[in-house]
Amino acid sequence: MAWWRSLKNKKFFWPLVALVVLLLFNLFFTPHFFRIEIKEGHFYGNVIDILKNGAPIMLLAIGLTLVIATKGIDISVGSIVAVSAGVVAMLIGGSLQGIPKNPIWFAMTMAILVCIAAGLWNGMLVSRIGMQPIIATLILFVAGRGIAMVTTNAMIVWLYAKPFALLGQGYWFGLPFSIYLVIVLFLLTFLVTRRTSLGMFIEAVGINPKAARFAGINAKNILLGVYAFSGFCAGISGLVVCSTVMSADGNNAGLGFELDAILAVVLGGTSLNGGKYYLMGSIIGALIVQTLTTTIYAFGVPPEISRVVKAIVVWGMCLLQSSKFRSMIAGVFVKKELSI
Amino acid sequence: MAVTAPIVEMRKINKTFPGVKALADVDFRLFKGEVHALMGQNGAGKSTLVKVLTGVYKQDSGAMMLNGKIIRPDTPLAAQKLGINTVYQEVNLCLNLSVAENIFIGNEPKKFGKIDWTSMNRKAEEVLERLNISIDVTRTLASFSIAIQQMVAIARVLDTSAKVLILDEPTSSLDEHEVEQLFKVIRKLRDEGLAILFITHFLDQTYQISDRITILKNGVFVGEYETDKLPKLELISKMLGKELSEFNYSSASVDKSKELAAAMGKDKVAVLRVKQLGLQGSIAPFDLELYEGDVLGLAGLLGSGRTEMARLIFGIDNAEQGDIFIKGKKRAINSPHGAMMQGIGYCTEDRKNEGIFAELSIRENIILALQAKSGTLKHLSAKKQTEIANEMIKSLGIKTPSAENEARQLSGGNQQKVMLARWLATQPVVLILDEPTRGIDVGAKLEIMEQILKLSKSGLGVIFISSEFDEVLRCSTKVAVLKDKEKIAELRGEDMTESRIMHTIAGGK
Repeated sequence: MAWWRSLKNKKFFWPLVALVVLLLFNLFFTPHFFRIEIKEGHFYGNVIDILKNGAPIMLLAIGLTLVIATKGIDISVGSIVAVSAGVVAMLIGGSLQGIPKNPIWFAMTMAILVCIAAGLWNGMLVSRIGMQPIIATLILFVAGRGIAMVTTNAMIVWLYAKPFALLGQGYWFGLPFSIYLVIVLFLLTFLVTRRTSLGMFIEAVGINPKAARFAGINAKNILLGVYAFSGFCAGISGLVVCSTVMSADGNNAGLGFELDAILAVVLGGTSLNGGKYYLMGSIIGALIVQTLTTTIYAFGVPPEISRVVKAIVVWGMCLLQSSKFRSMIAGVFVKKELSI
Repeated sequence: MAVTAPIVEMRKINKTFPGVKALADVDFRLFKGEVHALMGQNGAGKSTLVKVLTGVYKQDSGAMMLNGKIIRPDTPLAAQKLGINTVYQEVNLCLNLSVAENIFIGNEPKKFGKIDWTSMNRKAEEVLERLNISIDVTRTLASFSIAIQQMVAIARVLDTSAKVLILDEPTSSLDEHEVEQLFKVIRKLRDEGLAILFITHFLDQTYQISDRITILKNGVFVGEYETDKLPKLELISKMLGKELSEFNYSSASVDKSKELAAAMGKDKVAVLRVKQLGLQGSIAPFDLELYEGDVLGLAGLLGSGRTEMARLIFGIDNAEQGDIFIKGKKRAINSPHGAMMQGIGYCTEDRKNEGIFAELSIRENIILALQAKSGTLKHLSAKKQTEIANEMIKSLGIKTPSAENEARQLSGGNQQKVMLARWLATQPVVLILDEPTRGIDVGAKLEIMEQILKLSKSGLGVIFISSEFDEVLRCSTKVAVLKDKEKIAELRGEDMTESRIMHTIAGGK
């Protein structure tokens, strides 16, 4: 049982349990939830949908994990998704023949650069001006949608450039292309922060910014960096969102994503108090959020109570992850096991 | 004055916090129409005693009396209602409100349910007049100096029912002129019959303003004295808890350090030279010289400017004037990162809030500064990190089963060694140790001091700060004496005795 013990000690163990519980529920109560069909060489089914639809939140959650590790928060990511979508849509253009105005790579690069600039703006406010992160990012939370509207002239832009559809609709080896984006971004982030000292610096700043400064860490630049990175992740997420629906809607693209992404990070075990962060946990957290959404649709929860159901489930999962709550429960039911 | 009964009397007050006996059978008396100074070093129990009196803490045992009646204030508000008012060190006023609003906040004069601004402003002027201040009370508080703000804070708690006024370090951010202004007000209030309890770290101010002194040490009542009958030297020795005769010994280790000092050749370069470094309100301009293998002790009472000195050198605070030379080269240091890059290390006195990362492993805590120095890109391999950490754990004798344990699991002494290890790993040329022996047990203290001597022998320049003069003397090759935010003397060789330090501090400049 060595593997079990090592798994149990992993920080993403409890998030994983929550996900498994959710999936088991579906196994028993939602007919055909796990059925996967092969159509035109692609896999189809609820599980694949979860991966595909969850990709934008997973991308956001990766960036947000680092921000939250510094005891910060970035509530502007949903709006930055809309900015990214707006910029890429305007640069590709809505030509019905599907001929892009600018090369697609150029449009995508520009969109991401704009989003990094947005992230830098957040980072400047937090690290240089000393603004509270929630207030600092509230500015772009509001203004971002405005910027997105300006770029699209307050219209919903429809895209017909086929190659761009790959990001959000395409498949590679039977799986949605966007999931490969998640994997690459996850691995890169993991390697860059965990195989260098960056991750340790980020955690140090989150645990105790003063001590971090006294230890010679350039805390300001670390903060600037994580917000810029969060903007970058939101930019990629925005490209996927735009490509999925082949349109850019300044009002609705990425609406409420910031809350789902924050939820994903927190469900994944990273504390809003900053410090230790768990990228894998955040990915699992995003999967939980998406599985929940899909379950609610697949199970046929009436729309009017779906949000309440979602809230109750999230509440339960948070309890499950609280070690205090678990030991309370354990104390009530299985007193003997505690002594092990 | 001694004939009348005290207005406040505290008898046999005991208070225990988990693991610490903060107050043990402490007696305290405060008379009407006097300024009473409460003196003591760190951990003496001054603030605990005040907090018991003002209802922030509840004593475990012991009685408090106000005008002969037993009182049991259980909140600061209850204490205020009894007439015991406190003005804290950090002025807790609203800078963006007007002076009048600050004075009457929560207690505004009303007319038909609305605030009566005219009468509020008039009343505010009246209260301030009592303190001999005439200012425009409708202006925001932020537009006045800290001294005025301090007095507004006093005015706020002064209503007719005030019997006792507690001033907790009111002068720490004031300049000389402002202190005089404040003292005038304090004297006036005293003459009007208020009982004033004054807490300060400034010795000279204690003698300027107070009529009576109570000294605490390590939670124990040392004595109550009339100020003009207690020589400064005696006050210092009582605060430190040592008889004067004890100060005259010259320990063997001091001789050793003298030898060491003598062995220093003149050809050696100063690893650190500081010229007229200073910052208004923090520390007066000072000079320092530190050679390889030197241990410079900073001796002074709490609040004398020792930490301020260290903060300037390490770039935490930025000096307004003066220069720092490292190994003969002038260096601009304006951040801890910059100081570190020049080879300076600083172990903070506030281990918990400024030093240790409780949730990070011991390895990470040790490796952090070195990693920050070498840069993010030059990442040390996991193997190398463990190697360095284990080496430090072994050489400093950090007691832990593994380098991967969280730092919070360590005892205070071992955490202190982790801090030391963090800076040693960066191979500094100058290491500043601020109270490295505070709050750790005797055995660990000795070990830390041994480490300091060992380090100096290896050629490191060390600045050693401690409230315990005997520790300073045991480790140092020379001693800088500080008092009231100023470096007042430097002692070497035979002058390095506790009694010399005491006399220097007591004697003024």
